[in-house]
Amino acid sequence: MDRIDANLNKELQREMFEPADLSNRDADKIKRPSIKYWPDVWRRLKQNKLAMSGLVLIVGIIIIAIAGPYMNKFDYFEQDYTKINLKPNSTHFFGTDELGRDLWTRVWIGARYSLIIGILAAAIDFVIGVLYGGVAGVASRRVDAFMMRLAEVIYSIPYLLVVILLSVVFSKEGSGTSLFVLILAMTLTSWVPMSILVRGQVLQLKESEYSLASESLGASNGWILKKHIIPNTLGPILVNVTLTIPRAIFAEATLGFLGLGFQAPNSSLGSLANDGLAGMAVGNAYQLIIPAILISLIMFGFNVLGDGLRDALDPRLRK
Amino acid sequence: MKKYIFKRLGMSIVTIWAVVTITFFLMHSVPGDPFRKEGKMSPAVYENLLEKYGLDKSYPEQYMIYLTNLLKGDFGDSMKSKVETVNDMITRGFPVSAYLGVEALLIAIVFGPALGALAALYQNKVPDYIAMIVAIIGISVPSFIMGTMFIQFIAKNINWLPIGGWGEFKHTILPAIALSMMPLAYMARLMRSSMLEVLGQDYIKTAQSKGISKAAVVLKHAVRNAILPIVSVLGTLISNLLVGSFVIEKIFGIPGLGALFVQSITNRDYTLIMGTTIFYAIVLIGMLFLVDLAYMAIDPRIKLTGEGR
Repeated sequence: MDRIDANLNKELQREMFEPADLSNRDADKIKRPSIKYWPDVWRRLKQNKLAMSGLVLIVGIIIIAIAGPYMNKFDYFEQDYTKINLKPNSTHFFGTDELGRDLWTRVWIGARYSLIIGILAAAIDFVIGVLYGGVAGVASRRVDAFMMRLAEVIYSIPYLLVVILLSVVFSKEGSGTSLFVLILAMTLTSWVPMSILVRGQVLQLKESEYSLASESLGASNGWILKKHIIPNTLGPILVNVTLTIPRAIFAEATLGFLGLGFQAPNSSLGSLANDGLAGMAVGNAYQLIIPAILISLIMFGFNVLGDGLRDALDPRLRK
Repeated sequence: MKKYIFKRLGMSIVTIWAVVTITFFLMHSVPGDPFRKEGKMSPAVYENLLEKYGLDKSYPEQYMIYLTNLLKGDFGDSMKSKVETVNDMITRGFPVSAYLGVEALLIAIVFGPALGALAALYQNKVPDYIAMIVAIIGISVPSFIMGTMFIQFIAKNINWLPIGGWGEFKHTILPAIALSMMPLAYMARLMRSSMLEVLGQDYIKTAQSKGISKAAVVLKHAVRNAILPIVSVLGTLISNLLVGSFVIEKIFGIPGLGALFVQSITNRDYTLIMGTTIFYAIVLIGMLFLVDLAYMAIDPRIKLTGEGR
């Protein structure tokens, strides 16, 4: 040992060293401002071109659905027998139907209803799902087990069968289905996935290390809920909501197509497609194709946005 | 394992019972009764009709009768058809729907995962983009639109493909494809992400470093593990298929159970609506049960002992 030290001292002379440069002493300081969670999600979402195109599409459709019906002088119920089955032209942008009603107005009124149904159904799913799942997540094991079994039973009842059944029961023959019944039917069983998701999140987060750390630092339950559990569940819930909207719109469109939608002259995209089917048979394919494309675009927009959000919220995919 | 199966079976039966009960009371809460508006009929005829369908008894009595008949497999008489019972109609319609459904499911099961696996193997290359375009179209375009577009743009231009009807194999091609698009797309997406995850695992690297051919790595190690999540969603997909068949059968004029259901709704044939709804529910819940069992059998990681969660 001593011999080695002596050798080292002989070799290492003072001249071999020079004073350290103190100017970059804080090289390991974090220069970039720290990005908060949601701005970071937004930043990642913006990089996803497909999701952004979905978002732009949805915003665009919403704007036209609000303003579109006022963009020409026709009303959605106005019939003009001198102008039936007109092909799309400069006065009737989407043409007219077999009763001479302006399709541009009808299609956008229909889109309005479809969007309202989708958003309302998602909102109700959200409220029921979060409450039910949240309660199950914090309740005792036995209550939790019972609540989840019940939810599973409810969920194995086929979704569209319930919707169809309720629309049949609560709509009088020939009077169509009201918005209220449609929404009720759609949300009756569809809140279950949301509640299962929320319960799972709550259970998992309750036991997480950072909740424990927070608790051991003396944080109250309310603080943990506010600072850790809610912000961390919000992401998956948001994704779920985005994906519930197209499902509800799809269900409504299917109902409309089966003739269980709104009563004419009101329209939804599904009932317009159903009317268009008859139009297509006599060679007026545009009457079907226009609402069909719009339904598909709405579904596309919400689905890619939901997928993009899921990716943006997943910290494992962070670049 | 056995305990879990029994528990699962018990839950399925409870669910079917719940569906029966809900359907029964919903159908009987419809305002008015089905015979009032059949025009002028003498009070005696009306009374007889009520008696024939058991509508003169109290709700609980009717419910018990319906339930006992159901246990015997009897769905009752149709309210609109004079010649066929609900059972006759179901036995007539179901084979048609089942044939179409199985064909569509086969298409989806073969092409969906294959497309997804290809997309994952060639991530961000041409096959990936093609697969994802197919998947996006399949998920965004509802089956009724797909079906009508097929008729408009394919069947009308290709002479040997009929635009509708039933009887020969060629009648099933377009409806089965239209019906399969959504589950196919769904499976492709699921398979892609699951495959990507599996391909990043250590055992894939191990297999590769042992010098096994690429095909063997993909087939024996990657696909076998990646396919598990697909099995778990099969139940939901089958249920989507069934619902899709309502509209597809309507569009292509196929005399299946779906068309029957839609027709029973338009006719307000309450016993038929009830019968088909319950029949559908039994089929679906049975499928979910079978899929669960299959998943258990396939996934080596699930060894259910004691706690069945």
